Amino acid sequence: MAAPLTLLLIVAVTIRAVLFRSSLAELIVERVEVVSPLNAWKRVVEGLALLDLGVSPYSGDVFHETPLMIYLFHFMVDYAEIVFMIADGITAVALYLSIQTYNKNVFRKQKYALESDRYPADCLELLRSPKEMFYIPLKVAMFYLLNPFTILSCVAKSTCGLNNAIIALFILCTLKGSALLSGILLALATYQSIYPLTLFAPALLFFLQRLYIPVNLRRSSFWFFTLQYAFIYVGSLVVITGLSFFLLGSWDFIPSVYGFIFSVPDLTPNIGLFWYFFAEMFEHFRLFFICVFQINVFFYTIPLSIKLKEHPVFLIFMQIANNLEDRPYPTVGDVALYMAFLPAWSHLYRFLRNIFLVSCVLLACSALFPVLWHLWIYAGSANSNFYYAITLLFNFGQILLVSDYFYAYLRREHHLTHGLYLKKKDGTEATLVLK
Amino acid sequence: MGLLSDPNRRKALTNLLTRLNAPICMVCYLAAIVWFMGLAFEPFTLRTYMSENAMGSTMVEERFSSGERALSLAKEFDAHKRKAGGMPVEWLVKAMQARGLEVFTQSFSRKLPFPDENKERYMVRGTNVYGILRAPRAPRTEALVITAPCSPGNSDNQAVGLLLALAQYFRNQIFWAKDIIFLVNEHDLIGMQAWLEGYHHTNITGMEYSPLQGRAGSIQAALSLELSSDVITSLDLILEGLNGQLPNLDLANLFYAFCQKLGVLCTIQGKLQRNDWDTAEGYTHAAQTMMLMVLKQACGRSWGDHGLFLRYHIEAASIRGINGFRHYKMDVATIGRLLEGMVRKLNNLLERLHQSYFFYLLPSLSRFVSIGYYMPAFGLLAVILLLRVSFPGLDHFTFFNPSGPGVLTVLTPVVISHLTGVALYLLPVHLQEMAVEHFPVSETEAVVLTAVAIYTAGLALPHNTQRLLSGEGTEQGWKVLKLTALLYLAVLLGCTALINFSLGFVLAVTLVPITASMTPHMPKALSALAMVLLSPAFTILYCVFIYQELIEAPVSVGEGWMLFLSVISQGILDHALYGSLVYPLLALFIYPCWLMFWNILFWS
Repeated sequence: MAAPLTLLLIVAVTIRAVLFRSSLAELIVERVEVVSPLNAWKRVVEGLALLDLGVSPYSGDVFHETPLMIYLFHFMVDYAEIVFMIADGITAVALYLSIQTYNKNVFRKQKYALESDRYPADCLELLRSPKEMFYIPLKVAMFYLLNPFTILSCVAKSTCGLNNAIIALFILCTLKGSALLSGILLALATYQSIYPLTLFAPALLFFLQRLYIPVNLRRSSFWFFTLQYAFIYVGSLVVITGLSFFLLGSWDFIPSVYGFIFSVPDLTPNIGLFWYFFAEMFEHFRLFFICVFQINVFFYTIPLSIKLKEHPVFLIFMQIANNLEDRPYPTVGDVALYMAFLPAWSHLYRFLRNIFLVSCVLLACSALFPVLWHLWIYAGSANSNFYYAITLLFNFGQILLVSDYFYAYLRREHHLTHGLYLKKKDGTEATLVLK
Repeated sequence: MGLLSDPNRRKALTNLLTRLNAPICMVCYLAAIVWFMGLAFEPFTLRTYMSENAMGSTMVEERFSSGERALSLAKEFDAHKRKAGGMPVEWLVKAMQARGLEVFTQSFSRKLPFPDENKERYMVRGTNVYGILRAPRAPRTEALVITAPCSPGNSDNQAVGLLLALAQYFRNQIFWAKDIIFLVNEHDLIGMQAWLEGYHHTNITGMEYSPLQGRAGSIQAALSLELSSDVITSLDLILEGLNGQLPNLDLANLFYAFCQKLGVLCTIQGKLQRNDWDTAEGYTHAAQTMMLMVLKQACGRSWGDHGLFLRYHIEAASIRGINGFRHYKMDVATIGRLLEGMVRKLNNLLERLHQSYFFYLLPSLSRFVSIGYYMPAFGLLAVILLLRVSFPGLDHFTFFNPSGPGVLTVLTPVVISHLTGVALYLLPVHLQEMAVEHFPVSETEAVVLTAVAIYTAGLALPHNTQRLLSGEGTEQGWKVLKLTALLYLAVLLGCTALINFSLGFVLAVTLVPITASMTPHMPKALSALAMVLLSPAFTILYCVFIYQELIEAPVSVGEGWMLFLSVISQGILDHALYGSLVYPLLALFIYPCWLMFWNILFWS
C-alpha cells in the first residue's frame, strides 16, 4: 500500500507546485473563503517584518498567529511553500495511518463479537469485510490531498494547513495509544486555535476504552487516568505558553491571539456565520451573543460524549466538524479536514438519507461563493445579504451532512444490537426516527 | 425538516416526482417561457420611480442656452480633426484651457491580437484629452465624468462641441460639489479602457498607456454622449455594459424624468414607448424592446462608451442622439439643458447610487421588471435540470456506491471535453499565423474559422473517448456521466444567470430541453441533429437572426452567416481587449458541458 500512497503524494505535490507558480496563486491568496484573519499568509509576513524590526509582532492589529508559528517561519520563511506542502503530506500520511489502525481495531472487535455470537442473525450484511476496508485509508488520504479545498488552502499558504497537520498527528498518536504524545499534541493544537480543546473528551474516552477502564465516577482508576491525562495536557499547555513567553518576552500574544478568537473583533466576511450576525447586531447585545455563540462551540461536547462514549473515534470526527461550523473564523481548509474522514464511514452509506442533496448543496455553494462575492464587492450590484445567504446554505449543508452521518452511525449500531429488520408490536415494518 | 427526516413522507414525495417527472419538466419549461414572455405585459411590470432622495425632490432650473456656440465649436473641432487626421490634441487642449479647465492628455497604444475588420484597426495608437473642472464648494474627493468620443469621419463632432460648451457654462456656475471631468476619448472603447485603467492604476488587459498627470476624486457617475447631427429628433438611452452589467436604475430614471420635463422624445433600444399596452401591437412592441435588451445584455459586450465604467463600480450610461422621426425636432441647447439638469442632480448625490435596482429588464423606459420577477423564469428552467438530476430513472445511489462504475469511466469524457474547450479557447488566436501561412485567408478569418473548425471537430470526440476507455460503456456509466453533467450544467447556468441573467436564460432555453431528455437509447440521427441545432454555436446564430429581425433589418442566410462570423471575432476581441467573459465562458465551460451530453448520446 505504500506505492499508491507515494504516488498520491507525488500527484498532490505536483498540483500544488504548479499552482504555486501560476498566476492563480495571487488570486487565491485574496479569497476570503480560503484565508481568515487568523491564518492569512499576508499577516504572517507582516508579523515577520515587525519581528525583524525588533517590534512586537502583536503591536498593531494585523497579526494573530501564535508566537511558535512566527518563530517557525522566522527560520523557514524562504521555504514557506515547501513547509505547507510537507504539512499537507504529513496530515495525509497521519490520517492514513490513523484510519488503518482504527480499521484494524474495528475489525478485531467485530471478530470477537462474531465469535461470541453477539450480532443478530439478520445483521451479517452490515458487517464489514476486510476487502471493503482495504482501500479506505488510501481514500482518506486522497480525500484530504486532492480535495480542492485543501489545495486552495495550501496554495494560499493559509496556516490552517499546519493546524490540520497537528490535529492529524494528534489523532494518530491517540489511536496508536500513546497518551503522552497525544496529550502534548492536543495541547499544541489547543495552543494554536483553542477549539481543539473539545477533542480532549474523545481522546480521554478512547484511552479509557483502550485500557478497559469503565467510565464510572466512583472508580478510582477512572479518576487516576483522567487526572494523569489532564495533567499531561495542561502541563504541556503551560510549557508551550511559557515557551512562547520566553521567546517573545511579553504576554502580548494572549489578547492578540486568544482575545481575538473569543471577542471576534474582525468581521471580515467568511464562510462562517459570525460576521454577518455581529455586523448587524446592536452593540449592547454583543457581549451576550458572543458568550452564547462561543458556549455553543463547546456545549455539544457534553451530549455527544454521552451519546457516543463507546465510539470515541466517531466522536472525534463529530467534534472536528461541529467545531468548524460554530467557530468565528472558519476557512475551507478546516472543512477539508473533516471531509477527509468521510470515506472512513463509507459503511454507513446505506443509512444516509440526504447525502445526495447535501453534496449538491455544498457543490453549488462552493461555486456560488466567488460569484456572489464578485457581484457584491466588484460589480456592486448585489450586497452582503446575497453572500450571507450562501454562507447560511453552506452551513446548513454541513450541519445536515454531519447530522446525517450521526444518525446513520447510531442507526447502524442500533441494528447491530436489535436486528436489521425491525418490527413494530403489531408486526408491521418499523422505521427508526432520530428524535 | 419533517420532509427530510420522515421516511414515509419522503417516499411519497419521491414517488410523486418520479412518476410525474416528464410532465412536470414539460410544464416547467412551458411555464418558464410563458412567464418570461409575460414579463413584457404591462400590468405585470412596475412603474419606474426615483429611489434616491438626493435626486428626487430637489428643484433644478436649467439655463443652458449656448446651443449655437456648441455647433460652431463642433464645426471647428471637425475642421481640426480632419487636419490632424485623428485627435486634434493641441486644439482641444487650448480650447479646454481657454474654458478654465485643468487639461491633461494621455497617450496609449494597443496591438490587437488580430485585425478588427469591423472597425478596420490593428495597431491602435491614440491620445485621450481630458479637462477637470475643480469643484469650488467641496473638498475634491468625488467626481463626475462626461465623455464624448473622437470618432473618425463625420460622427460625434456635435458631442464634442456640446461637451466644450457645457464646460464653459459649468465653469461659471458656483454650485459644483464634485469635480467634473470632461473627457474626449479616441478609438472609442480602447481609449476609454486606457483612461480608466490609468485613472485607477490598474492594468488588466496589457494595454500600454502613459500615466495620468491629473486626477480628481473617486468617480461617482459618468455620462457618455454620442451626437452626430445638428438637429436631433430623439434621444436613445444605452445601459448595457461589459458582461451584461447594468447601471443603477436610478440613472435611467433620472434620464427619463428630465426627458419628460423638457418634452424630449426618448427611446430605449431605439424603440419609442407606446401607451396601448392592452392591444396586441402594444404588447408585441414592449416584448420586442425587452427581447432586444435581453439579447444585447446576453452578448456581454459594451454597447456604448459607458460600458467599461461599470466595472469600476461607477454608474454610467450612454446617451445617443437620433435623427429619425422627422416631424419632431429639437436643438442642441435642449440636450445641453437636459445634461445640465442630470449633472446637477448627480452633483447633489451624497453617496453612490445604490438605492434602486441593479438587476432589471426594461420593456419600456417607464416600466421595469426587477430581479424578483424575472428570476422565476430562470428558476423554472433550472428546476428541470435538478428534477432530472434526482430522478432520471437511476437512483442516485449509484453515484456514491463504491461498487458502482469506476471514476475513470466518468472522468475520461469530462477531461477530454474540457481539453477540447481549452483548445477552442487558446488555439484560434495562437494559431492564426500558421493558418494564414497555409491557407488563403486573412488573420481575422483565420481566427474565426479555426474556432469553427475546432468546435466542429469536437463532435468527433465520443468516438475517441470510447477508444481510451477500457471495455464497454456500461448502463450505469452513462447514467453517472449524465448525472454529473446535469449537475454541472445546473451550477454553471445558475452562476451565469446571477452575473448576467440574459445570457443564462438564453443558454438555458436552448440547452435545457435537449440535455434533460438525453439518453443513448434515443434514435441516434434524429437526436444528434436536435443536439447540434440546440448547441451553443447555433444559439449564437439564432440570436443574430432574431436580433436583426428585432432591429428591423432582417438579413438573408448568407449575410446572417457573415454576421455570425463577425460576432465570433468580436467576442474574441472583446475578451482580449476589455476582458469580456462571454467567450471564455462559452469555450471553457458551456461547450465542454454540451460535449458531455454529446458523449452520452453516443455512449456504447
